[in-house]
Amino acid sequence: MIDEGLRSELQKQGVYTTTLEELYNWGRANSVWPLTFGLACCAIEMIATSMARYDLARFGAEVFRPSPRQADLMIVAGTVTKKMAPLVVRLYNQMPEPKYVIAMGACAISGGPFKQGYNVLKGIDRYIPVDVSIPGCPPRPEALIHAIMTLQEKILNQKLTGPNRPRHLVEGAPSEFPVPAYGEHDLEPPSNPDVWQPPMVKR
Amino acid sequence: METPEQIKARIEAAVPGAKIEILPNDCPAGERPLLVDPPHALAVAKFLRDDPQLRLDFCSNVTGVDWLDAELTEKVKAKHVVDGVEKEVEEIRKTPRPGFLEVVYHLYSMELKHGPVVLRQLTNGRGDSVSAVSLTPVWRGCEFQEREVFDLFGVRLEGHPDLRRILMWDGFKGHPMRKDYVAPDDFEYEPTPHDEVLEQAKKHYPPEVKA
Repeated sequence: MIDEGLRSELQKQGVYTTTLEELYNWGRANSVWPLTFGLACCAIEMIATSMARYDLARFGAEVFRPSPRQADLMIVAGTVTKKMAPLVVRLYNQMPEPKYVIAMGACAISGGPFKQGYNVLKGIDRYIPVDVSIPGCPPRPEALIHAIMTLQEKILNQKLTGPNRPRHLVEGAPSEFPVPAYGEHDLEPPSNPDVWQPPMVKR
Repeated sequence: METPEQIKARIEAAVPGAKIEILPNDCPAGERPLLVDPPHALAVAKFLRDDPQLRLDFCSNVTGVDWLDAELTEKVKAKHVVDGVEKEVEEIRKTPRPGFLEVVYHLYSMELKHGPVVLRQLTNGRGDSVSAVSLTPVWRGCEFQEREVFDLFGVRLEGHPDLRRILMWDGFKGHPMRKDYVAPDDFEYEPTPHDEVLEQAKKHYPPEVKA
């Protein structure tokens, strides 16, 4: 690696140096393509974020793709009902690596006001790994922009080698996650133990 | 618009054999519903839609109500002989009432701009295969809402063109809006549990036994 001081000295002289890793992450972070995909009222805020007033295009993430095959980012915007959960997991499985998930709003991260209901999943992190969670009911567009910026930071800091590398570069790491089946009263299994463990209460 | 009594009289004149009952309503709006007997429900509905004075052409809402087995209490005045003197004494009489399910329709007229008229059907008991009559052949807009009543309350609506579950998935067992539906026990830690959630929390996280 080139020394930071030498690098800035060289830049003053008009000589630019970079690494393949930096160039690759810079490109990935500044053209995150989200999946066109909304589940409830949070989707309205997501739409507002992509419109002129908040202008998600400033962060390179305005290209909402209607196909999971072309998307890098899934914004789970809204209540995930148990009937919808298998479809969300299947859409995630169909996205190519490297892929990221933002859980937007109280419902997507925990079930929100419907947590004690019989019909709502208590958070999408039970089945797929979530990179950024945004609390709020619904979160404001600024909060979603902050989540995108947090995700960009995460992408920029992912080294191509070492323990922090993206999942698709890890040998044997899963790219697809099991799709839950409809049971008689609940989804089967109710959560994926490889991805999520119930919270422990310390006494 | 006509009063429920007038509507009842005209229905009974137009649909021979129909038994209409006007039920009381204590709420401030006080629209008294018409209870219709299932065998004549379809004919009554057609009359309400096509009658030139009513023209109830819009069914805005279909819903279900679950009534559990209950005991009705009423005060009755009875005569008793106390110490050789006949006295009138108030008694509380209790009569058991078997549970039943109910389908409620809210009807309006777009043409004459009046309403609502509330139409109710009762089922016989609240077992696994209770039924009422579908009014989708009269009001097309009932279709999805009647499917919802079937899905969540388990009332089979005879004559419905496509009676399937609409909100829960196929293969789901039970009808979640019934009062005796037991939801899956999937409690998770709550920082500030209260009421029913507190009871569940106690069951799942037993309080520490202090020495």
